[in-house]
Amino acid sequence: MFLSMNWISDFVDFEGLDKLELIRRFSLSTAEVENEIFFKGSDISGIVVAEIKSVEDHPESKKLHLLKVDAGDGQLTDVVCGAPNVRVGMKTAFAKIGAKIGEIDITPRALAGYTSYGMCCSEKEVGISDDNSGIMDIRENVANGTDIKDLYQVEDIVFEVDNKSLTNRPDLWGHYGIAREFAAIAGRPLKPLETVDLSEYDGLKKIDMKIEDSLCQRYSCLQVENITENVSPVNMKIRLFYCGMRSINLLADLTNYLMLEMGQPMHAFDSRKVEKLRIKRFDEPFTFTTLDGAERNIDENTLMICNGDIPVAIAGIMGGLDSEIVEDTTTLTLESATFDAVSIRKSTVRLGHRTDASMRYEKCLDPELTVLAIARFVKLLQDIDSGVEVVSSLTDERAFEYDQINLTFNKNFVDRYTGIEIDNETIVKTLTSLGFGVELSGEDFSVSVPSWRATKDVTMKADIIEEITRIYGYDNFDIHTTATPLYPVRPAAEKTVEDRIKDILVKRFSLHEVHSYVWAYYDEYKALGIEIEDNVKLMNATNPNIEVIRKSIIPTQLCQLKMNNTFAADYGIFEVGRVVEGYREDGLCNERKKLAVSLFSKTKSVEALYFELRDILLTLAADIKHLPLTFKTAEAAHGYEHPKNLNTIICDGKKLGKIGLVYPTVLKKIDKKANIVWAEIDVTDFALIEADSIKYEEPSKFPGIEIDLSFVSSKFAPIGEAVKNANCSLIKGIDVVDTYEDENGKSITSRIYFAHPEKTLTKEEVMDVVNGIIAELEGKGIALKK
Amino acid sequence: MESKISLVRDEFLAELTKAENSADLEAIRVKYLGKKGPVTELMKGMKDLSNEEKKAFGQKVNELKAELTEKLAEKTAFLKEQEILREIESTPDFDISMPANLGEGSYHPVTLVQRQCEQIFKSMGFAVEDYAEIVSDYECFEALNIPKHHPARDMQDTYYLDNGQLLKSHTSAAQNAIYKKYKDALINDGVPIKAIFPGRCFRNEATDACHENTFFQMEGVMVDKDISISNLIYFMKTMLSEVFQKDLKVRLRPGFFPFVEPGFELDISCLICGGDGCPSCKHSGWLELCPCGMIHPEVLKAGGIDPEEYTGFAFGLGLTRLVMMKYGIKDIRDLNSGNLKTLTQFTDDE
Repeated sequence: MFLSMNWISDFVDFEGLDKLELIRRFSLSTAEVENEIFFKGSDISGIVVAEIKSVEDHPESKKLHLLKVDAGDGQLTDVVCGAPNVRVGMKTAFAKIGAKIGEIDITPRALAGYTSYGMCCSEKEVGISDDNSGIMDIRENVANGTDIKDLYQVEDIVFEVDNKSLTNRPDLWGHYGIAREFAAIAGRPLKPLETVDLSEYDGLKKIDMKIEDSLCQRYSCLQVENITENVSPVNMKIRLFYCGMRSINLLADLTNYLMLEMGQPMHAFDSRKVEKLRIKRFDEPFTFTTLDGAERNIDENTLMICNGDIPVAIAGIMGGLDSEIVEDTTTLTLESATFDAVSIRKSTVRLGHRTDASMRYEKCLDPELTVLAIARFVKLLQDIDSGVEVVSSLTDERAFEYDQINLTFNKNFVDRYTGIEIDNETIVKTLTSLGFGVELSGEDFSVSVPSWRATKDVTMKADIIEEITRIYGYDNFDIHTTATPLYPVRPAAEKTVEDRIKDILVKRFSLHEVHSYVWAYYDEYKALGIEIEDNVKLMNATNPNIEVIRKSIIPTQLCQLKMNNTFAADYGIFEVGRVVEGYREDGLCNERKKLAVSLFSKTKSVEALYFELRDILLTLAADIKHLPLTFKTAEAAHGYEHPKNLNTIICDGKKLGKIGLVYPTVLKKIDKKANIVWAEIDVTDFALIEADSIKYEEPSKFPGIEIDLSFVSSKFAPIGEAVKNANCSLIKGIDVVDTYEDENGKSITSRIYFAHPEKTLTKEEVMDVVNGIIAELEGKGIALKK
Repeated sequence: MESKISLVRDEFLAELTKAENSADLEAIRVKYLGKKGPVTELMKGMKDLSNEEKKAFGQKVNELKAELTEKLAEKTAFLKEQEILREIESTPDFDISMPANLGEGSYHPVTLVQRQCEQIFKSMGFAVEDYAEIVSDYECFEALNIPKHHPARDMQDTYYLDNGQLLKSHTSAAQNAIYKKYKDALINDGVPIKAIFPGRCFRNEATDACHENTFFQMEGVMVDKDISISNLIYFMKTMLSEVFQKDLKVRLRPGFFPFVEPGFELDISCLICGGDGCPSCKHSGWLELCPCGMIHPEVLKAGGIDPEEYTGFAFGLGLTRLVMMKYGIKDIRDLNSGNLKTLTQFTDDE
């Protein structure tokens, strides 16, 4: 919304104050002002009123005219002018030699063989409208030579406030409400609006009007006749133009002017078309043509203004084509109403049509504005066209009542909330200047909220704090820290575990953390041939490519591996993210936090990669929980899972997730030459496992023994399991020393460490245990290599 | 006899000069000082001499033995030194400017900035909370005093799920649960509520370089008996100065958010020009950074806290935006792209 300082100055006397500083303070106290401030009229100078004394056609040009103009300097000036509307006796805006229009300096200029000593200007050239069809036709009877800036309010400071900053302030959708803020900020009084006294017309006939639906909160109307003037005063047009509106005709301009001044939308009907004003909804949908010529679908929820049963306007949004003012209109019915804000907003969304009026109605307008706006409208109209007659009494109906909001609080409340000392006098003065009624008794305040702030904006004590503090100025606050007692803060276990997982994966295993989306992307999955499994769905995604929430991070991670398949020959990625595993019993989403890890390699065997990932998982469990993991063969349940080597990961008896390979067809689509292994575990479940404590054991002072055992068989011997089964306290560790494959099968050499806490072990003392291990493996058909 | 001694010495010295390594020296030692060597022979030849002569000659032979032993030791030491020098000489010169391979892993940049922020808050006694991504209408709106017809609820902004839940559109959705979690300690034991909750948020909108449907925020709240606007400004200034590691100016403007009253838009002095005005702050000297405000009494009430007795402030930091500001990332979509060319650059950052 554009705001004119001239307009605001109609209501507040800024004499002696810096307007730019006031605008800056408005930005800090009320609503953000956009950076660019427009200094209207500052780019023109030397443009005066001049009268055309003679017009001759240019001998060689059809367009050009040769003029002699009187610019009030006691001589006639030769001007070459191309405007079509030149005529003798016309007064226009004339840029003299030495004048400036934007970047242009006016100098004597040769045009088609003649020299022009100055330029006649259009409204666009003066900068007061976008009309460039001809030169200005000045109707005011002023002396030639009068500076255009003295004649009209060409100079103005215009600033912009983003509409979004005003959504909660229905009172700021017009200059008068803005002026109230400026008055409070500047500490100057706000002048009352000049209006007519509508009670003068109480004796006249009432308009036949009835609110038949409480979505219309108040409807006020009045009939006027005998309007002879059709063109708006130039200063009014300039204000409208500076505020972003185009001048149409006097009546349309006046309703717009009223809306920009008071925030109250108004509408003028041809009285012949609204003899029986009814405000209601229809049971059946129908189409309706609005005054912009568009045909719109009206449904049973849309409030309409009707003439009996014939709709004539969409309430609060736009008038109808058939009830518009036309050339032979003699009597006007002025509408000034308040409608239910939510209903208007919903209708706007349904119709896909937002207007300056509906934008204001959506904000919960002050219902007390309707009559005031009519009184103001008549006053402005009469000032412009003194022959106007009011031909009805004010007809005004309310469909709802609201309570006056009164708030009470004491000084201590203000002190606690602000944390600073703002004295009673300042509080009273601030609230009064904003239109609040204030009574102070001792330290107790009683505040009545004015109607223009009471529709939704100010309803409780905390709202009053905002009024006091914003005008006081947050820049003026003395700031200080809190005085709160100290208590220990315990970190959330899951958060700590998540952080440690990330540190281990990044710092120790050089993996790369990635993020991805919580839903499946159809096209990415399709490219890999991964089926999207049924799961919780988005109801309203604007992107047609997404709908289903993912059950696992692994498919998204496979998509990321494909995207990165040329990044490096070997790399690994991980993500800690959310998935949804269907619905819980109570119908809510079973949201889980997962860790997904994938390793990609073009150099390593799939087996080496698999054990690399297994060891990463073991490290996480050992480091974070001091616990081992066990693995149990699992059945493939998803299309991307390879049926072989799929294992459930178990820690402390809990199933945490799976480790596996990628199904060959999917793998080939990611990369024909790479190996990939993946694992996914539930971070919450993992975090909930109680960590084992570190059990310190004093290292033996006596030399231990190392026994190397080699086995060969068709598969690598499960030596680790056999050693564990031996359940011998003397065994302190086991390492795999070597593995290889040849025509005899798979060979594994492992080294078992023995130590005794109190003596030096001899080989004989451990041979029983060793033989037991050998026997167990031989029992499975695995031979010891001699 | 004398001539024999001198002959042995000369021969010994001649051979010693030729010796090139420890094996040569050992051979010389065995040859001259061994049991069958000339020195032993000379000793043995003394048996035919008179006692007088024995004494004089024996001394000479002993002197010879001592001399040979010493020369041998000298040569041994010399050769050892030569060997070390040769080893040093043969050590190659490395090219320290060779391309390196650090094999470093990397964190997601959001993790890095989130951790930095968490660290700052932890140092000020805030608990770091984690919260779900899927929440109820109550958590996301109702409990935050966002009435049924508020535009923020419109279908076009929020992702709704088929079971009536929704993807949280702001981290404020966790506020209600945080209040309920800590209110007993506040009310019974006077422990102030101080918590931050970083998290992922979702908005149903088209994406471009500046807009993402999935992004991170970090919400913070503090509730106690007398938390004031003055405290809020102090806290935001201190906290943001830590985040950006410079003494910032902050500026509050009124801003409307249903869950705070009064609500503010907080600006910080421009990080580039410090407030003088430059193209990056559109010559205003200020950057709009985060919304904040005093927690709305209805929001406290919904969390089981009496607004007559307690007050508090809340703020919402755009973590994703901070990440983009900090590292100069121009396209917000890079963050969720999984593109390792982008992401692997963020090895660690404190």
